[in-house]
Formats: sequence, structure tokens, C-alpha cells
Amino acid sequence: MKEARISTEELMGSGHLACQGCGATQAMRLALKALGRQTVLVIPACCWSVIDGSFPHSAVDLPIFHTAFETAAVTASGVKAGLQMRGDTETTVVAWAGDGGTYDIGLQALSGAAERNEDIIYVCYDNEAYMNTGIQRSSSTPVGAWTTTTPVTNYKKRPKKNMIDIMAAHSIPYVATTSVAYPEDLVNKFKKAREIKGTRYIQIMAPCPTGWKLDPKLTIWIARRAVTTKVYPMIEVTENGEKISVFKDFEPTPFNEYIKAQGRFRHLSDEEIGKMEKGVEISWNKLLAKEKMLASIPAMDTQTG
Amino acid sequence: MSVDRSGKVKMMQGNQACAEGAIAAGCRFFAGYPITPSSEIAETMSRNLPGIGGKFIQMEDELGAMGATIGASLTGVKSMTATSGPGFSLKQENIGYACMAEVPCVIVNVMRGGPSTGMPTLPSQMDVQQARWGTHGDHSIIALVACSAQETYEQTVRAFNLAERFMTPVILLLDEIVGHTTEKVVIPDQSDIEIVSREKPEESPEDYLPYRETETGIPVLAKFGTGYRYNVTGLCHDSTGFPTNDSEEIEKNIRRIVRKIEDNRNQIIDYREKMTGDAEVIIFAYGSVSRSARSAVAMCREEGIKAGILEPTVIWPFCYNKVRELAEQVNTFVVPEMNLGQMAREVKLGVEGKAEVVSLNRIDGEPIKPAQIVEKVKEVV
Repeated sequence: MKEARISTEELMGSGHLACQGCGATQAMRLALKALGRQTVLVIPACCWSVIDGSFPHSAVDLPIFHTAFETAAVTASGVKAGLQMRGDTETTVVAWAGDGGTYDIGLQALSGAAERNEDIIYVCYDNEAYMNTGIQRSSSTPVGAWTTTTPVTNYKKRPKKNMIDIMAAHSIPYVATTSVAYPEDLVNKFKKAREIKGTRYIQIMAPCPTGWKLDPKLTIWIARRAVTTKVYPMIEVTENGEKISVFKDFEPTPFNEYIKAQGRFRHLSDEEIGKMEKGVEISWNKLLAKEKMLASIPAMDTQTG
Repeated sequence: MSVDRSGKVKMMQGNQACAEGAIAAGCRFFAGYPITPSSEIAETMSRNLPGIGGKFIQMEDELGAMGATIGASLTGVKSMTATSGPGFSLKQENIGYACMAEVPCVIVNVMRGGPSTGMPTLPSQMDVQQARWGTHGDHSIIALVACSAQETYEQTVRAFNLAERFMTPVILLLDEIVGHTTEKVVIPDQSDIEIVSREKPEESPEDYLPYRETETGIPVLAKFGTGYRYNVTGLCHDSTGFPTNDSEEIEKNIRRIVRKIEDNRNQIIDYREKMTGDAEVIIFAYGSVSRSARSAVAMCREEGIKAGILEPTVIWPFCYNKVRELAEQVNTFVVPEMNLGQMAREVKLGVEGKAEVVSLNRIDGEPIKPAQIVEKVKEVV
């Protein structure tokens, strides 16, 4: 893990309205330390449209544009275009959405923005369900999980959508996953993204104790376990989707421990958990194979195809 | 949820009552998307539908939920979706499609204040005109309201019956107070519930014309996949269902989809009235506000003010005739509503200048209290 110089300036203050142990608040706090003050946030409907509080108690010391659910990427595109026309080329425009607003209702807008390579950073803080409306499943919800619309009698049977591959397939300059449990990694990736032009997509593993039925003091612990069990690999896709680099500098920990700590998986049998573990192992091996394969091929010039 | 010994009295939210009513009406398909304050309808359907041979799908967005509802209904399965203001806006294109293609379905909108994201967790009645004219183009629509969990159950059943009978989308408008108040609901015996299902074509597949002119204007649409092959489109079409540019056919069809509802308005319109016989002032109230209005009428009567109440349970088509009839007798209508006078507009049209129409509006996310209504009544009496 590369060390990071993390600013002591707090652009996110205390007094926010998140639940105890909210991973999404830590995600914002760290991201803003890397992005700095010259940043505009565009936030669609999600937990963060509540977390920052109502006037005059806003927990974020930056301009925020709260937009409609499906429009984070396109509103951000418009804000960036407007700023550019005014001669402002310095301000970083960040779309900050949850997984419902990214994987589901916002995907069309995000795909459009990425295809045009709009000069924005799109952040998905991923807590793996619609937590703000009361824990309904999203297409980011992992297989096996309980939510209020995937009851234990009919729990989620389909795997989490692979947003990283989707975004990488748009040939944008930067795609990455990171985690609130790895502040250095998170800050470094945001600093790197800030210096790149074009569409940058960063997905942050941000556990939700309320929705995951997890002890709130275990947020960082579980986020770290998500990486060390290989459930949530931390990766970087660079050179317009042509190169992948996977974070491997960790001691593996048992998959069972990760699952058993979360009430949303409580209904699963050992056999079902075993199957899920196998799936995780296969995905991880595919990822490593892809990293190796792409390293052996020269990157394509995306300007000419 | 507590259940009495007979299992017929339950404590539940209006949103749960809506889901229970839908299932009792024969609904077996629900496509939804999370949105406050309606999500409990989807949650209840996700628990209850799979066990009775139904299907619940959580869609990727509101457009998808409306589209899937139409698709499922075309096959003959009674279908429903539920949402709130912003989601209702997103569904509008497909609601118009259902009007045009004459696909029966039920759309529940647990209203929040707006415009835009508005007040997700607070009560409002700001979508009553959107229910009428939210989708583009000339059309007619049926929209019901409910004031309690009990009435929500019953109105959900009626919404399906009207949809199936008139082959049209039916909108059920709840407000946050109705959706989220947990109260007693008496569940009737299934055998006591009147269920209407769409008619089946009598002619053979060879002679079948889905959108042919009928006396009532209501088409008989065969269930998709039953041997009757026909075309369904949002384009203007003729009796075969295929698109047409024939001006005569275009006009005939649009007039028919409006006529089938407007000509039958007396069979659709419904309302309750109380103490209107000798009333000098009528309180016109709907949804949760009608509960405050009933208390207000009682308070007025105690003080010797001759107040009565007209509570529509169907707001579209609007009960212009009833309003006109009462306008002959009373001096004033007071219309309390949680918007800036959206139904008061219609009451004004209804009275045809024969009575005063006074609005009482609340748009701050707070309910209208009985004392406020009484105060307004005293101002005008």
C-alpha cells in the first residue's frame, strides 16, 4: 500500500444525519480531503441527499447540487460545461451517487456521459441496496442477501452487477474501486483521478450497518474483510480500459467470517455459503487472469479504435 | 400485525392494505421501484405474491416498472405498480401508452409534495391534476382516492374492477397519512368481494378485431398468447390495431377511448355525502383531509352552523353534476386540500357560478386540522 498525504482540513463536518457507523460518511470525508475545496458536488436521490442535513446545518462545506434520481451524470456534465464556458477549467465536478442511482436508474445517464467522455468524476458509494428508502434490493445487492424486497423466503438469487467491467467497456481514462477501510488507497485514487481529464469512475465500498444488519462499530472491520476475502477487490483500470491492476497486498481472511457478521446473510445454509465462496474465488481468479492477459497486449489507441 | 380470532380484522398500514386489496382483487403481478412513501406496497407484494403463484419484480427504474406492468397485463394477468410524485412523473409516457393501447392496470401514487423531489416523507395532495393530465394527448382517465387503510383496501379492489371493465389504466391516489397510518382493517370474505375480469372475445381468431367499435366503446382484448394474433401500438391505429394515417379512423379511435369513460361516468363516479340535506355550506374534501372535514362538520353543527360534507371517492371523472345539484341549495363550498386549490378548480367549474367556492390550502407538509376548516367555514357563513 502506497502511503498517502492526507489533508488535515475537514470539508465535511460533524453533525451530519447519517446512521451510526455509516460507511458513506467516511467515504465523503476522505474523498473531499483528496479533492480539495475547488469542487462542486452533484448528488441525486440517495442516502447522501439526507446525510448532509438541512439548512443551516449542512455537514459539507462545498456547493452541492441535489438533483433528480436518474440524472447525476448528466447534471454534472451540464455543470462542467457551464463552468468551462465561463472560463473555469479548474473546478472539479463530482457526481456522488449511491448504488441504486448508479447501477439502476442512473445507468443510462452515466453510460451517455462516459461515452461522450464528459470531464467529470463519477463516484458511486456502494452500500449494496436502496438504504435511504428502507433497504430495498438494487442490482448491486450481492447474491444471497436479504432486503425488504428480497425476503428470506425469496432472497436475492442473481449476482451483483459488474459495474467495473461496464464502465471499463466505455474506454474512459480511469475506473477504480476503493474502500473506506483503506484511507490511503481511497485518497490516492481520488488525487490521481483529479489530475485526469475525461470521465473518471470511482466506486467506494461503503458498508451500511443498518441495511446489512451489522454491529455499527464493525463498519471499517467489515469493509476491510470485503477486500481480504476477495469479495470486493480493489482495482484500477487505466489506459482507457486497456490495463487492470488488482490490489493483492493483504493477508486473506475466511469468507465465512465476513458472511456470518452480517444479518442480511443469516438465512443462508452452510452449503449456500460454500457455493458463494466458490463464486468469489472464481471471480477473483478471472480478474487476475484478465490483469495478466491485458498486461501482455499493447493498449489500443481509443482515438482511432 | 395483530389478528383477531376470526383472522379478519387486522392492524395494518394503508400501504399494506393496498397490497392486500390488490391480491384480493386478483392482482398477481407487481413491478415496482423503491420510493418513499410508497415502498411498503412493493415490500408487501414481494413477500406475498411468490407464495400464491404471482410474480414480484423490482425494476431498474420507474419507467421499467410501468412498462412491465403493461406487458404483464396484456397476457391477462392483473397487474399493478406503485410510486410517489417523482416516479409518477416518470411513468407518465407509459400511462398514456396504456390509455392508447387500452391495457388495464392499476397505478398507485402515494402522493408527496412537489414539484420535483419535494417532501418525500410528508403528506400532500399535489398530484390530483397530474393524475388527470400528466400524460400527453387527449385521453380520459379514472382516478380513485381513499381516506383510510380500510378504504384503501376497498378502493384497490374497485380500481382493478374498473380497469378490467373499462380496459384502461386506473390511478389510485393515496396521501402519506393514509399510506403510513396503521389502523384497523376488516378483511371481507373472499367470496363477498366483487371481482370483475376483462371479457374474452366471442368470435374466432380469424374474425377478431381488437379495437373494433362497440356500443360501449370498450374493446375486448384477447389475452396475448391465446391464439388471437393482433397488433398493439401507441401509434394511432384502426380496429385491427395496426397504425393508420386515415384521418377518419384516427378520430374515431381517439373519440372512442375518451367516450368509453365519459359516457359511463355515472357508473364510475362515486362519493359520500353527509348532512347535506339542510346544509348551507358544503365542505368538499377527499383523501385523509376528509377525516378532518368530518370532525369539522360535527364541530360546526354543535355551534349551530349548518354544514355538510361531500367526499368524492372517485376524483376523475369529476362529479360535476353532484356539485351543480348542491350548488342550487347552498351558498358556499369550502374546499380544504393539501395543494394550492387543484380540486377547487373543478368544484368552481361544477357550481357554474351558483355558489361561492372558497379554498383552504396547506402546502407545508402539515395535515389540515378540523379547527382550521371550522375557522374557514365561520369566515364564509
